[in-house]
Amino acid sequence: MAGVLGTSIKRREDPALITGRGKYTDDLKVEGMAHAAIVRSPYAHARIRGIDASAAEALPGVLAVLTARDVAAAGIPGVVPVGWLLPDLKTPAHPMIAADTVRHVGDAVAVVVAEDRYIARDAADRVAVDYEPLDAVADVVAALEERAPAVHDEAPGNVAFDWEIGDREAVDAAFAQAASTVELDLRNNRLIPHAIEPRAVLASYDSSTGEMTIHMTSQNPHVHRLLMTLASLGMPEHKVRIVAPEVGGGVGSKIHHYADEAIVGLCSMKLDRPVKWTATRTETNLTDAHGRDHSTHCALALDADGRITGLKVETAAAMGAYLSTFAPAVPTYLYGTLMSGQYDIPAIHCHVIGVFTHTAPVDAYRGAGRPEATFVVERLMHLAGEATGLGPIEVRKRNFVPADAFPYQTQVALAYDSGNYGPAMDRALEMIGYDDVRGEQASRRSNGGRQIGIGFSSYIEACGLAPSAVVGSLGAQAGQWESADVRVHPTASVTVYTGSSSHGQGHETTFSQIVADRLGIAPEAVEVIHGDTDLVQFGMGTYGSRSAAVGGSAIARSVDKIIEKGKKIAAHLLEASAEDIEYEDGNFRVAGSPDRALGLGDVALQAYLAHNYPDDLEPGLSATSFYDPSNFTYPFGTHVCVVEVDTETGGIELLRYAAVDDVGNVINPMIVDGQLHGGLAQGIGQALWENAVYDDSGQLVTGSLMDYALPKIHNLIQFELDRTTTPCPHNPLGVKGVGEAGAIASPPAVVNAVVDALAPFGVTHIDMPLTPEKVWRAVNA
Amino acid sequence: MYPAQFDYRRAGSVDEALGLLQEHEDAKLMAGGHSLIPMMKLRLAQPPVVIDIGRLDELKGISEAGGSVRVGSLTTHAEIAASDVLAAHCPVLAEAAGHIGDAQVRNRGTIGGNIAHADPGSDIPPVLVLLGASVHLQSPSGTRSGAAGDFFQDLLMTDVGEDEILTHVDAPALGAGTGAAYLKFEHPASGYAVVGAAASVTVHHGRCTAAGLVVGGVDATPTAVDVSSLIGTDLSDDAIAAAASGLSAEDPIGDIFASGDYRVHVGKVYGKRALAAARDRA
Repeated sequence: MAGVLGTSIKRREDPALITGRGKYTDDLKVEGMAHAAIVRSPYAHARIRGIDASAAEALPGVLAVLTARDVAAAGIPGVVPVGWLLPDLKTPAHPMIAADTVRHVGDAVAVVVAEDRYIARDAADRVAVDYEPLDAVADVVAALEERAPAVHDEAPGNVAFDWEIGDREAVDAAFAQAASTVELDLRNNRLIPHAIEPRAVLASYDSSTGEMTIHMTSQNPHVHRLLMTLASLGMPEHKVRIVAPEVGGGVGSKIHHYADEAIVGLCSMKLDRPVKWTATRTETNLTDAHGRDHSTHCALALDADGRITGLKVETAAAMGAYLSTFAPAVPTYLYGTLMSGQYDIPAIHCHVIGVFTHTAPVDAYRGAGRPEATFVVERLMHLAGEATGLGPIEVRKRNFVPADAFPYQTQVALAYDSGNYGPAMDRALEMIGYDDVRGEQASRRSNGGRQIGIGFSSYIEACGLAPSAVVGSLGAQAGQWESADVRVHPTASVTVYTGSSSHGQGHETTFSQIVADRLGIAPEAVEVIHGDTDLVQFGMGTYGSRSAAVGGSAIARSVDKIIEKGKKIAAHLLEASAEDIEYEDGNFRVAGSPDRALGLGDVALQAYLAHNYPDDLEPGLSATSFYDPSNFTYPFGTHVCVVEVDTETGGIELLRYAAVDDVGNVINPMIVDGQLHGGLAQGIGQALWENAVYDDSGQLVTGSLMDYALPKIHNLIQFELDRTTTPCPHNPLGVKGVGEAGAIASPPAVVNAVVDALAPFGVTHIDMPLTPEKVWRAVNA
Repeated sequence: MYPAQFDYRRAGSVDEALGLLQEHEDAKLMAGGHSLIPMMKLRLAQPPVVIDIGRLDELKGISEAGGSVRVGSLTTHAEIAASDVLAAHCPVLAEAAGHIGDAQVRNRGTIGGNIAHADPGSDIPPVLVLLGASVHLQSPSGTRSGAAGDFFQDLLMTDVGEDEILTHVDAPALGAGTGAAYLKFEHPASGYAVVGAAASVTVHHGRCTAAGLVVGGVDATPTAVDVSSLIGTDLSDDAIAAAASGLSAEDPIGDIFASGDYRVHVGKVYGKRALAAARDRA
């Protein structure tokens, strides 16, 4: 149906979800279902001397208590693997259940299965674990100190990897010749993902068939099946079905393969019964892979004209106690490669040390490496604007990759396919009324009282990791394509089977728009199936803003194949040559003879009847595509934030937030805006409120929502959004992805605004989150 | 979040609730449940019996008589925030109640449960102390009342005895020439007050005749500030700032979000602003 692409049709997912009819994993109930509770270490680092489960086992209703011994006795691999390898990466084993040593608060030491979850919880409290507490280190910098407690004997100095990209010598030369330099020491604060739905799993093993069905909170069921069968449970892949029912958000945390889901699978196998486990909020906070947690020194060299000549970055990135699924990729290939930002930088060097700490693992979380990189680049650009006297706008414009320079090869591997950075910034300035805001700032500065500041962030994102061969050469243990099987039914309605599994994005709506637009039918005639390894061929899942660009492109390709086949069928029926058949608005027409036409339904019916059919064609009207993009996509934009700072208390109030994003062609503007709103809330949350804090003994101090401050609606303001459109040149839809843009762009915009407001007080940097006390102390320093 | 096993009893009257309290050792009364249930889910509280008093209509409602307002202990924060009676006679109490939690919390949480829990970051206690309210308790042996200033004894500790139920709060209505205000510096996670400043001033013929300032969140219990220096002044900004700077706490509360020193500082700033707001309303 023409015009369906690029329109804000309402999300078809919503009626079920907002009326409470959506079925999430914890809503599922099956006959004979038992419940698991996991016994977790209260220590960040301890030796397990012994476990006495007798009191738990004696509780009526308890079915089993399993420990590492049972994992060993089961003869299964029993580990949680890492899925991205770097050169010389230390990969100490991550056992499903800790055998002799626990390495973070929340590490699993035993599991109780009982008839109901209350009994399971009661029994878990009765499992007596004899711990010998050991010294722990939770801080990423402290973990690198000489006498820091070792997280793993296999990783001396707690170094998981030592990685670099770029040209150190060229950067040193640039700094030696620089007219001016700026530098910064910063911490990128550790975040807890907080998917609204906690992780959950219902594993149902049937010994009579040897098959197991696992319903779980997954962003990528096929990847979970692979890791679960290969590394954890040792089951044949074809005997395991993983289903992701409704999934209540993930923001990265449900990409990863965790011990808990494997433990519950083992429980089901041992008991030959379905077993369910749903994390409490406390458990998700202790065990979901966290995000960010960098300590960084960075510096920028500029020539006398304010052009950047060099950028150097030294980062220590926390990995936590174990290497989570994609953890090593996040502060390396998703971070160092983004250091050119929107700028033409002739020399870049980025050196990253991955550090084991006695904390929850750190892995991909909305943005994954790109927010950290953007924070480095955009904070430095703010300082460069001050140091050169050019100000935040001119220093950026002077260094933007020019619109005629694309494709642009950066010094850090990525080749930007397209871009046009100036117009996005100009539009943002226009929206914010830049001169007026500066005027207001000047009058506040002369009158005292609450100060206002303006902060910029001109960001680049790299979405849809690709192509597979390149990603594989960088260490990925998975491909980065996506699949789509599109089936046109005899009555011309369509079912799409996509490997891109939705967990709130609205795939069912947007993917139906893609099919409807290309096939010239109503979106209501398209059903989208995802999140089930038995139904869907194979898929890589939903993360890294890849679904539209990679998953959507696979669907477009399949539709194109169907149209090609349909033309052959139509040509046969219309007694014309296939080359002469045109497809438009759901009709196959003979070129030049508009009355010789057949509807999609006529062709589809004949494809299945095959009564009057070309000899050389197979019946049926469906097509499968495995789309492997030729490059990443590169969304970009400029965000401008205006804040008011109460200098008496350090309190910050958001006044304005304007975001101009270029995400390429837009499938559904409402959903794109929604993604931006969510991402902005998270990024502003990181800048102002969110912080996962461990104390020196490795206890998570911010273990509940009473202490960990998620942004709430009354903390935020109406975002002012607009777009420029530079279509992606290398995929069939011209789309680029939008899931992470808000979270990537906004932290430096907010921090730059606060620092700008406090410039008269000599404040040049405050580490996130900008809590009032920190701001107040900076003002009074 | 799964609480330990407990028995649930629903009381049909205050007398029955008092009887159940006598009957069950270590039982906990539950009103709106917004403090008790989270603690039970985290197993920080494991009462063997929960006595639900949430449906006792006799403990609900707001009325005014003889220059005093009465608020039943089971009156919700939402009812207090929206009360016409309080808007007319004691708006600062409604103002504070409107700051509590979010709409869902205000619809369930009650004033009695709030002050009986006595969280130092609660919004209601400093206002009651400021107003010189009295807290009324009932036990099998009778009723008694005490001043709000004596009710809050320490962190999460109050004057309520094990066999008592908090029935209502009486507060004097604000008289002519009196303005009062509650200003809150909210914790971004919990929504509790990091600092909550309640202030009142009475002005006759341009001169201050009475003033009060009580700050919550700084110490375990609401901290009264001696602002008598304002009496006789015209409540200039300087006089107000000087008076509010008298806030002190020997061992102020501190946590990862706000240190003790910082809380005292913010208490002074918010105390100053609350006094100024009260002046502007007088």
